[in-house]
Amino acid sequence: MYAIIVGAGQVGRYLGRELLGMGNEVLLIERDHKICEELGDELGSVSLCGDGCEVALLAKAGIARADIFIAVTDEDDDNLAACQIAKQKFGVPQVIAKVNNPKNEHIFAKLGIDHTVDRVSLVLEHTKLQITGFPLIRLLNLKERGLDVVLVRVAEGSPALGKPLRDLSLPSGSVVSLIIRQGQECRVPEPGTMLEVGDQFLCLISSGSEEEVAQTIGGVSARQ
Amino acid sequence: MNVTIMGCGRVGAELAHLLDAEGHKVTIVDTDASSFDKLPPDFGGTALLGHATDEEGLEKANIRECDAFVAVTRQDDKNAMAAQIAKEIFNVPRVICRVYDPLREEFYESLGLEAISPTGLFARLLKEKLEK
Repeated sequence: MYAIIVGAGQVGRYLGRELLGMGNEVLLIERDHKICEELGDELGSVSLCGDGCEVALLAKAGIARADIFIAVTDEDDDNLAACQIAKQKFGVPQVIAKVNNPKNEHIFAKLGIDHTVDRVSLVLEHTKLQITGFPLIRLLNLKERGLDVVLVRVAEGSPALGKPLRDLSLPSGSVVSLIIRQGQECRVPEPGTMLEVGDQFLCLISSGSEEEVAQTIGGVSARQ
Repeated sequence: MNVTIMGCGRVGAELAHLLDAEGHKVTIVDTDASSFDKLPPDFGGTALLGHATDEEGLEKANIRECDAFVAVTRQDDKNAMAAQIAKEIFNVPRVICRVYDPLREEFYESLGLEAISPTGLFARLLKEKLEK
């Protein structure tokens, strides 16, 4: 597989190293000459110094035969431009952008870049998990299917306690896929499974129904 | 006409001045306060300190009311992103952006943006002059 990575900051460099380690062909495009030199010392000749949004440079990089294109600079406008050119001009099959400002995620989607990674929101979700009483965090967003994978926590006082799963009024289409109970093996729940305090479960829900799930399980808002 | 201009460089400031002098309502945005020094003393429009490459910034820059949006910062990517947000999210009727890279001018045109490359434009102009 030929992967082009634009931006050799921490994320880009690590990604490059990992993809190389997996036996892929990798090219890192970076503006900073010094970083390019460092990359050369560390990884061999896998970098190209220049602007990863420039059409001529991308053509020189052999973008037409790239299998995947990943833009991970610290500037959203650069990531957007690079990905749009890769996808819409050169037809790269897989395009992924890092989104630095979470508010830009829907703009990227609207402008044709569906696969984005929003690190700020990821950290935010993990922070929420550490806050006691928080009923749910989003683990994964399957954009093309309009689904989210969430981890739900059942706390003391939850309206879901003492009820079998089948009686919970989760939003339609939700699938409780795995129950994680302290001191026990994880298991696939049955309709009659009763939730206990301290239980966590993985649930597949349709995007946008987080609030409803939080209400049903936690009795509180997801935005508290 | 109600116009928002992003980028108060020489071109942005001059355009703002020309439009303002003709009685249009102009809002010009830049991240550098000293860039507004280029505006003439009698400039009657609004000079706004801030960035306009996200929705919030654009809303502050009067994007909802404007008839035209012009992106002329020094950076092609900023211009293209702001122009696309103006066009696709806020449905501004007329959106023009400057891109220095002539190859990218073509590309953005294919996405339906009005993109102008001063590089290409000036090169063509010079060639015409030489051929006369």
